[in-house]
Amino acid sequence: MMKTQLSWKVGGQQGEGIESTGEIFSMAMNRLGYYLYGYRHFSSRIKGGHTNNKIRVSTEKIRSITDDLDILVAFDQETIDVNASELHNEGFILADSKFTPTKPDEVKATLFAIPFSEIAKELGNPVMKNMVALGATASLLQLDAEAFRDVVQGIFGRKGESVVKQNMQAIKEGTDFLHSQIPVSYKSMKLASADGYARMFMIGNDAIALGFLAGGCRFMAAYPITPASEIMEYLIKKLPEFGGTVIQTEDEIAAATMAIGANYGGVRTITASAGPGLSLMMESIGLAGMTETPLVIVDTQRGGPSTGLPTKQEQSDLLAMIYGTHGEIPKVVIAPSTVEEAFHDAVEALNVADEYQCPVILLSDLQLSLGKQSVEPLDYRNVSIRRGKLNTNKEAENGSEYNGKRYQVTSDGVSERVLPGTKNGVFHVTGVEHNEHGKPSESASNRVAQMDKRLRKLSHLIDTYPTPIYMNRTCDEADVLLIGFNSTRGALEEVQVQLQQDGYCVNHAHIRLIHPFPTSHLVPLLQAANKVIVVENNATGQLASIIKMNAGFHEKIESITKYDGTPFLPRALYHACKELL
Amino acid sequence: MATFKDFRNKNKPNWCPGCGDFSVQAAIQRAAANIGLEPEELVVVSGIGCSGRISGYINAYGFHGVHGRALPLAQGVKMANKDLTVIASGGDGDGFAIGMGHTIHAIRRNMNITYIVMDNQIYGLTKGQTSPRSDAGFVTKSTPEGAIESSVNVMELALASGATFLAQSFSSDVKELTTLIEQGIEHDGFSFINVFSPCVTYNKVNTYEWFKQKLVKLSSFEHYDSTNRADAMRVLLEHNSLVTGLIYQNKAKKSYQEYIQGYDSNPLSQAKLTLSKDEFNKLIEEFK
Ligand SMILES: Cc1ncc(C[n+]2csc(CCOP(=O)(O)OP(=O)(O)O)c2C)c(N)n1
Ligand code: SF4
Ligand SMILES: [Mg+2]
Repeated sequence: MMKTQLSWKVGGQQGEGIESTGEIFSMAMNRLGYYLYGYRHFSSRIKGGHTNNKIRVSTEKIRSITDDLDILVAFDQETIDVNASELHNEGFILADSKFTPTKPDEVKATLFAIPFSEIAKELGNPVMKNMVALGATASLLQLDAEAFRDVVQGIFGRKGESVVKQNMQAIKEGTDFLHSQIPVSYKSMKLASADGYARMFMIGNDAIALGFLAGGCRFMAAYPITPASEIMEYLIKKLPEFGGTVIQTEDEIAAATMAIGANYGGVRTITASAGPGLSLMMESIGLAGMTETPLVIVDTQRGGPSTGLPTKQEQSDLLAMIYGTHGEIPKVVIAPSTVEEAFHDAVEALNVADEYQCPVILLSDLQLSLGKQSVEPLDYRNVSIRRGKLNTNKEAENGSEYNGKRYQVTSDGVSERVLPGTKNGVFHVTGVEHNEHGKPSESASNRVAQMDKRLRKLSHLIDTYPTPIYMNRTCDEADVLLIGFNSTRGALEEVQVQLQQDGYCVNHAHIRLIHPFPTSHLVPLLQAANKVIVVENNATGQLASIIKMNAGFHEKIESITKYDGTPFLPRALYHACKELL
Repeated sequence: MATFKDFRNKNKPNWCPGCGDFSVQAAIQRAAANIGLEPEELVVVSGIGCSGRISGYINAYGFHGVHGRALPLAQGVKMANKDLTVIASGGDGDGFAIGMGHTIHAIRRNMNITYIVMDNQIYGLTKGQTSPRSDAGFVTKSTPEGAIESSVNVMELALASGATFLAQSFSSDVKELTTLIEQGIEHDGFSFINVFSPCVTYNKVNTYEWFKQKLVKLSSFEHYDSTNRADAMRVLLEHNSLVTGLIYQNKAKKSYQEYIQGYDSNPLSQAKLTLSKDEFNKLIEEFK
């Protein structure tokens, strides 16, 4: 039977083109119609330090990396030392002969030393060793070198036809070299052919940024940070085509307050950061809540606390995002679990912020933000732009009910909003407690009226929000219910299938609306489960705490946590679940 | 056309009688009327402090924010709608302690807004602690033995940071202050006006009398060229920055928004929010 899946990894020193090697391989496979899912292991330095790019290729949709490995491409010995244990016995190591590679005794995979560097040098450019390695990979997969031509053309076309030719030659020589080494008896790594449909190939941050663009965001204020910067980088490239722009501010406090000022001024504005930046934004989040100014902030979670593990996966900002800021405000926390959802949730975050006039946190995590994957077509017809009670008339009716009452007490808690510049619309907003006109007020009755008004705003959100929980309910009464949020979706899906093969009845819920918590949607699933396993990339089981707090069921709920900086792997997670069953 | 009175509202300031901030408020209202603004064309953003209350006392769009962040808020408003006249305002603690980072960067960024600081060399609202503008030796609740740090020289700092409009005034001199605010608003770029605005309750050293004796008007100089940066720095050094008037103006440099590539000529707040099918498909194709 031909393989339907392949797990491939390339590793070397940071700054050596490891990422682009993975990128070219993935793009070529993606264009053949395979589903791709990538994981980048990198450290917080630019040059030097081990880095690797692990890519899973499949004929079917996948949303997770795997535990094991078929092919390891190594540009240094460290890559072999660190990663070879993932290889299964029939796997291959393709290593540059330049460093005389060796493999640990216990590794049964086959090692080929291939003159990556030498061939590249002979062809005129040592940098092309990556191409030679891709060629060697192609040989194992029995893939024609021509499969890379499109991608190579796209990347090097600008530099001229001779560069394209040179790179194609490097790929071909890599293929030929390995071909001459492989005895006929070797089992092929040939993949079953894919559907030939080239999907989008993108990271979650691309999808978030694209969602913002499609959702009418025309300004962004932000400060660079891993793993959020790509959102800013995409928008600075694209916004000018739509009249908008990005400002790189002096810090995250400026980013958040500038975004508040711009939203108050009427342009859909976002900011994006990670834990350290979110910590700095806490006071601003309260200001947006108190002044009822729409504000969308992306938090791409990474390893905390403090600077923590800046380039590693974690999901430990959850409670801080729900509760962060002093005092009590209405706030929404949305957590997409796939790249497709990230796109639509970015649009939805903008709409919810406008409709409820409050801060909205779009929560992601490093693996969702940076894991590059094949993405199903995004449908612009599903994009709607809703601005709630924003009155964009240039002139407010004089003497109308509005009459400068920016904080008019209403039954749904949301008041009409006009934009600065509107004739007869003048109003004042303040982070100090205020009356309906935005005038500071310390009166007890006014305080209660305004607090109640603000806090009742979200009372209907859970009922109107499109999909507060992603559910895969396969049975009425489940042996186990698996729950997660953000990027663990793929691993949980695979564990669900594996456990079902063992004969268990398994349901899966991924929480997409984190706050306000969709208790009423989750309770039926909790009731219908013998055991609940909450899986999350943090040490203290934050999601499990929230579920217990909102829904109860303490006795059924077990936690599987992981806070070593790496994402859950399906097989390891499967075993961890089995232990609890 | 709007007059001075149109910029008044019914809110009674909660400042102490004699506080310098009253005159700053009046000067803003007069300047706005003098240059022909309508209330809806003006946004006054303020920080937190006694001075920060000013946004609530002017009949214009107002945003009373958080401590130290008036400038990024104001720049955000301007980015959303460049047709608005935006004034950021606040105290010396607001702008030169907690918000100092923003002040320097707003100066560098040179967005077309006006920043008015009510500098009383003390923290008024929190009832009398030292400020970065307090002189060394200044005795306050938080510096019972006298402040150890030297005061920050914001005029020199602003000039060194690339200010394109730098002025200083005294709240007693409403006429000069009004003129400077008008000039500041009309300046195409970031205009920074520091106003000595005495706190009659907590600062018993830097009083109206003290300023009257110390301050020198640049208009009293025979030849002062406010377009010469070196001269401006010299006069600040020679007079320990205790001068009032237009210290420096650079009309050659364009303001931030004029340099933005692709920036809509209409206010961003009126930008089209939807994409056409073709535009969307083109974006999608780039990921294949
Ligand atoms: C983050 C934060 N820290 C501290 C305070 C308390 N606080 C309010 S106003 C102020 C200083 C006021 O001094 P200044 O800015 O000079 O304004 P003034 O009252 O003198 O006009 C302080 C420390 C606050 N509101 N927010
Ligand atoms: S305490 Fe000082 S600054 Fe505050 S209102 Fe009174 S006089 Fe003005
Ligand atoms: Mg002060």
